[in-house]
Amino acid sequence: MNRINQKLKENKKLLSIYFTAGYPNLDDTVTIIKDLEKSGVDMIEIGLPFSDPLADGPTIQVSSAQALKNGMTTEALFKQLKDIRKSVKIPLIIMGYFNPILQFGVEAFCKTCADIGIDGLIIPDLPVDVYNDNYKAIFEKHGLINVFLITPQTSVERIHFIDSISKGFIYMVSSASVTGSSSGFGDEQTKYFKRIADMNLNNPQIIGFGISDNETFTTATKHAKGAIIGSAFIKHLTNESDKSISNFVKSIR
Amino acid sequence: MTYNINEKGYYGTFGGAYIPEMLYPNVEELRQNYLKVMAEPDFQKEFNALLKDYVGRPSPLYFAKRLSETYHTKIYLKREDLNHTGAHKINNTIGQILMAKRLGKHRIIAETGAGQHGVATATVCALMGLECIVYMGEIDIARQAPNVARMKMLGATVVPAKSGSRTLKDATNEAIRDWINNPVNTHYIIGSVVGPHPYPDMVARFQAVVSEEIQWQLKEQENTTKPDYVVACVGGGSNAAGAYYHFLEDTDVKLIAVEAAGHGVESGESAATSVLGKEGIIHGSKTLLMQTQDGQITEPYSISAGLDYPGVGPMHAHLYKSDRAEFIAITDDDAMKAGLKLCKLEGIIPAIESSHALAIFEQKTFKPSDIVVVSLSGRGDKDLDTYIKYFDLS
Ligand SMILES: Cc1ncc(COP(=O)(O)O)c(C=O)c1O
Repeated sequence: MNRINQKLKENKKLLSIYFTAGYPNLDDTVTIIKDLEKSGVDMIEIGLPFSDPLADGPTIQVSSAQALKNGMTTEALFKQLKDIRKSVKIPLIIMGYFNPILQFGVEAFCKTCADIGIDGLIIPDLPVDVYNDNYKAIFEKHGLINVFLITPQTSVERIHFIDSISKGFIYMVSSASVTGSSSGFGDEQTKYFKRIADMNLNNPQIIGFGISDNETFTTATKHAKGAIIGSAFIKHLTNESDKSISNFVKSIR
Repeated sequence: MTYNINEKGYYGTFGGAYIPEMLYPNVEELRQNYLKVMAEPDFQKEFNALLKDYVGRPSPLYFAKRLSETYHTKIYLKREDLNHTGAHKINNTIGQILMAKRLGKHRIIAETGAGQHGVATATVCALMGLECIVYMGEIDIARQAPNVARMKMLGATVVPAKSGSRTLKDATNEAIRDWINNPVNTHYIIGSVVGPHPYPDMVARFQAVVSEEIQWQLKEQENTTKPDYVVACVGGGSNAAGAYYHFLEDTDVKLIAVEAAGHGVESGESAATSVLGKEGIIHGSKTLLMQTQDGQITEPYSISAGLDYPGVGPMHAHLYKSDRAEFIAITDDDAMKAGLKLCKLEGIIPAIESSHALAIFEQKTFKPSDIVVVSLSGRGDKDLDTYIKYFDLS
């Protein structure tokens, strides 16, 4: 069974952390993954940097640009991750934009992911219907779970369609925004979280965008299986004089 | 083979809507409504009236006698430079602002490179009393000060795009991010035949008035609706799409697309996307784009800010791959020379973008009987600084 599905069965709220591969330094990728696992994180999203990250706010834009400047490429990332399964047990997901994957070749990309032991992919600009028509068979052949997003604007009908294609969890974008731009959740969000929870979908939901601390994590996971932190973690790696990953994770839950 | 868009939003294998889910409701709303709205008699009436009385259409199809004598062929200039705000861009912004109003949107965003599309958007927003926010690369803001001032006079807010290379591509990213952040009340007026479906088709339809006029104007002057050639410069491809539109399926009419070679196609400083590009995804469209082997989008270069885009519209990618259009790359130097030549021979100062189209007469020979229509997409006022520096005119 895919590690993501196994993890989703555990009777606890999940904390997933996103970071940009190759940031702050090119060779930090593996260290960060190991530290995150040691600190008790449940799942990791490894960001494959892209020159034009449309759905991301300033924090991830800057980390992506720096990672590219550091020399990160698709091939370099795969090389860094080659032996990752010798030590790391938790689910690993690669999150990246579609163009670099297309240039690598979708089939080759999926095969390499499977060989390494990557469990899933999140590709924000690969639309559900294009995936369903053209790429689903390739992903499934390699045992990869593709994770789709929903937002407060996604129609009920479309949520059911996305639920029907999803094989792991649904990535619930907390509000109409790019990454890293919210400051706390209001009534509107909690209503939306409840509305989706009440739909009793086949796939559990994990909430992302705007989760930055214990308070937002707690609010989000009241109505969902877990939550994803991205920009706040990258800010921690960038700004804090205390760059300890375990201290960051402890501050969340 | 068809050169128009198919029902799935593709030109051949190019096009589609490769957008994050956050944009899906906006783009889907537009996709479901744009043809319906455009077909409404009421919409048509308002659109045509504004094109006539506000933009000043039809734009003349001018027989350039001295230019024709020089190159021994019959050259007609489609005078989009005489439009209000000085370029073809306003045809599209008039159409889209009417679309936005009918979709109930009251906040308008746009991207701009040189500022022509930004000015055209700010203009129609002033006309309709709608809020206008224009994203413009920090570097472009510095080098296009007069257009920044124009937008501000027209009441627009100009927001510097500080990410990436801080030029047109990044301004487009910022506009898209704004749309993600404002999914309900905002319409994004894209400035060319680029972006996710239905934008390329919608913008082409708003620009199609150009070839519609060419047909009847040529009938009056040459007693035929068909030119032998239609020539246009291509940045994103909107003036070309407009000039080609009604000739796309008629292969008697040859199409020539002129791209900016910058310092030369092989120089590393070029914007000749069709030759240098590879199939990929940019700003929500599958098309040809300039990128690294690893799929990172690279920075183009051209002396003309309006041609300085790393992608090209999916219609043009298809015209290139199917050989329906001939693609020619023109260097900075050749474009500048051709621009100056038009000034001297015809008393018309062209936009540097349009000068690229004019430069093909030095490269390609036409028959004396050929009717060659060139899209003179804009006037050169905005480029005076560049002309002055280049030719040391001060
Ligand atoms: C005068 C003029 N011509 C051409 C272009 C290129 O755009 P497109 O290829 O969409 O016509 C521009 C863009 O700013 C322009 O201002």
